[in-house]
Amino acid sequence: MKLNKMRAVAKKEFKQLLRDKRLLFVIFFFPILLLVVFGYAINFDVQHVKLAVLDRDHSPESRLLLEKLNATVYFDVVKTLDSPSEIDEAINRKIAQAVMVIPPDFSKNVNTPLKDAKLQFVIDGIDGNTATIIKNYVDTFTELYSARLNAKFLNRLGKVITPTISVTPLFEFNPDLRSTVFLLPGLIAMILIVTASVTVALSFVREKEHGTEEQLRVSSLNSIELIIGKSLPFILVSVINAAMVLLAGYLLFGVAVKGSLLLLALAVLIFVIASTALGILVSVISDSQQVAFQLASLISMLPSLILSGFIFPIESMPKIIQLFTNLTPATFFIKAIRAIILKGVGLQNFWPQLVYLSLFPIILFGLSSAITKRKMDRA
Amino acid sequence: MDSIEVNNLTKKFGGFTAVNNVSFKVKRGEIFGFLGANGAGKTTTIKMLCGILTPSSGDALVAGFSVKDQPDMVKRNIGYMSQKFSLYNDLTVSENIEFFGGVYGLESKLFLERKKWALEIAGLRGKEKTITGDLPGGIKQRLALGTAVIHKPQIVFLDEPTSGVDPIARRQFWELINQLAQEDITVIVTTHYLEEAEYCNSLILMDSGEIIARGNVFELKNNYLNKTIYEIECEPTLLTLEILEENNIGDEITMYGNTIHVIAPKKDDVELTIRNALSSQNILLKSVKKIQPTLDDVFVHLLESKNET
Ligand SMILES: Nc1ncnc2c1ncn2[C@@H]1O[C@H](COP(=O)(O)OP(=O)(O)OP(=O)(O)O)[C@@H](O)[C@H]1O
Ligand SMILES: [Mg+2]
Repeated sequence: MKLNKMRAVAKKEFKQLLRDKRLLFVIFFFPILLLVVFGYAINFDVQHVKLAVLDRDHSPESRLLLEKLNATVYFDVVKTLDSPSEIDEAINRKIAQAVMVIPPDFSKNVNTPLKDAKLQFVIDGIDGNTATIIKNYVDTFTELYSARLNAKFLNRLGKVITPTISVTPLFEFNPDLRSTVFLLPGLIAMILIVTASVTVALSFVREKEHGTEEQLRVSSLNSIELIIGKSLPFILVSVINAAMVLLAGYLLFGVAVKGSLLLLALAVLIFVIASTALGILVSVISDSQQVAFQLASLISMLPSLILSGFIFPIESMPKIIQLFTNLTPATFFIKAIRAIILKGVGLQNFWPQLVYLSLFPIILFGLSSAITKRKMDRA
Repeated sequence: MDSIEVNNLTKKFGGFTAVNNVSFKVKRGEIFGFLGANGAGKTTTIKMLCGILTPSSGDALVAGFSVKDQPDMVKRNIGYMSQKFSLYNDLTVSENIEFFGGVYGLESKLFLERKKWALEIAGLRGKEKTITGDLPGGIKQRLALGTAVIHKPQIVFLDEPTSGVDPIARRQFWELINQLAQEDITVIVTTHYLEEAEYCNSLILMDSGEIIARGNVFELKNNYLNKTIYEIECEPTLLTLEILEENNIGDEITMYGNTIHVIAPKKDDVELTIRNALSSQNILLKSVKKIQPTLDDVFVHLLESKNET
């Protein structure tokens, strides 16, 4: 392996990339497009949850609670039930996504200091994602409501306290509920895997199409020098891309990286190398840029969209599908960077993800070189 | 000393034999031509000799190294200009030269010298910043040759270097090839153009993966055609052709523009027969004379007689 040969290849590739305005546009426009689509257009925040109410207390307190609940954008009271037997029907016939049961002793308990007032919620669990979000809303709401009540009690007892939380708008306390935050790591994964694999695949297949590949094969360049030299510029571009998306995530959606930037960079690097390896595998089996483009975008985009846990939580997939989620490096990458970006935890919490992630380039390169070898003997 | 020695080289793609049991030798500093129609197996042979395609059987020594067992050593000693030929159209002239200099690992002093040389032979001094894709075909081909031999190999393979360029550019290209040969570089070149055979010291003619003739131009013209060729100038040509065919004169009758060639066995003199056949008809016969066979005649004859058997 000679460094100066590798440098010559990287330099050439970089110049070609800088001159390919169309490819550059795709590389930098695609992330922006995805950010806008997922950040703004698709709103994963659940609003206007249809709520049915079974009020068994019929007190001013219960009516006040309902009024407050209805006043938020998160809940719409769609129906008032008369007996517990109607609960199942309301859920099953999709009249309501959740039912709130106010027990008969609600007002009594609310007005008795140190006594817990209980509310019961029945939530439609068919869509696990939405159910979780509704549950979080309910938790937050009740927490907030009881804080207000507490303040009221204290007031009545002649003490003045300024509630610290009630002035902030509802639900801002629970940033984890906002879908952009959840989506950002997956978004980074998808942008990186698609841009890296597509650009690398195109760049290798173009050499085939133009006959320059043969020229490279007779030169004394070995395949490691060629692969590293050719991939280097794209790896660099991808890392820049990741930084851009993170910056945009911070500026537009206020998502800051809680954990170590260094670990984040490491995870990004391994993932980009895996994506590059995927691009090389595609280039080995495609003979034209068109085929390479379609194949690379398909096998990079679909699994990272559907299987990686980007949008659909892996835990709520059927067991057999969960197995398939291991097929895309995005799964491991997303787990790792969620831990870094959102939780800010240390390496001990996600190092297995990085190990799994590192297996991808090894397997993909092995597969590519086996296929190339077979092709060379045949053709 | 032989620069290349090919022994029973064969390449099969599945059940199809693209190169069949081919053997020949190329001397050092020679210009060696591969002639043959589309699909004859020229490119396949060259790729095996360059070490980028593994032979199905047989072997070849290129610069003393086996293409089968030491393809990497072979690659180190050769230059190759592929049929699709192979510069980066989106890079400048200078960037292309630098890239190939870089992948061959030239150290900077030698590189500068070779870069100057490559620019010179392509006639591109002062135009280093031109985008390669904007160059005319002939100049691009010379630049491609310059980059293919940037590392001063002792052998260079040129696969149809002159296809698709105008005759003047072709001529200039052949002068360049001559220049390389004078520097003791062995040049193997494939071509479709028979007239280019005249520039080669030695030739093989390939058809369907086999060598059907070999030698220098003189030998090819004389050894493979045990026949005499009569050139007939007449009017109208088509009618003449029909009459000659009706009378079954000679072995082959071919039309070349406004003349007709009749190929007949050396032993019988058919000039009189031709004159007699045409005299009774309404034909203006300008001349009938014996001519030197052209390579065209030889090849047409070889290919036709091969197809008959
Ligand atoms: N990789 C391959 N797989 C299958 N068949 C092949 C392959 N490469 C070449 N061939 C076939 O082998 C034959 C010889 O091809 P080759 O390219 O060597 O011919 P050629 O003499 O260079 O022709 P041309 O003048 O068109 O360049 C052709 O029939 C071609 O279709
Ligand atoms: Mg060819």
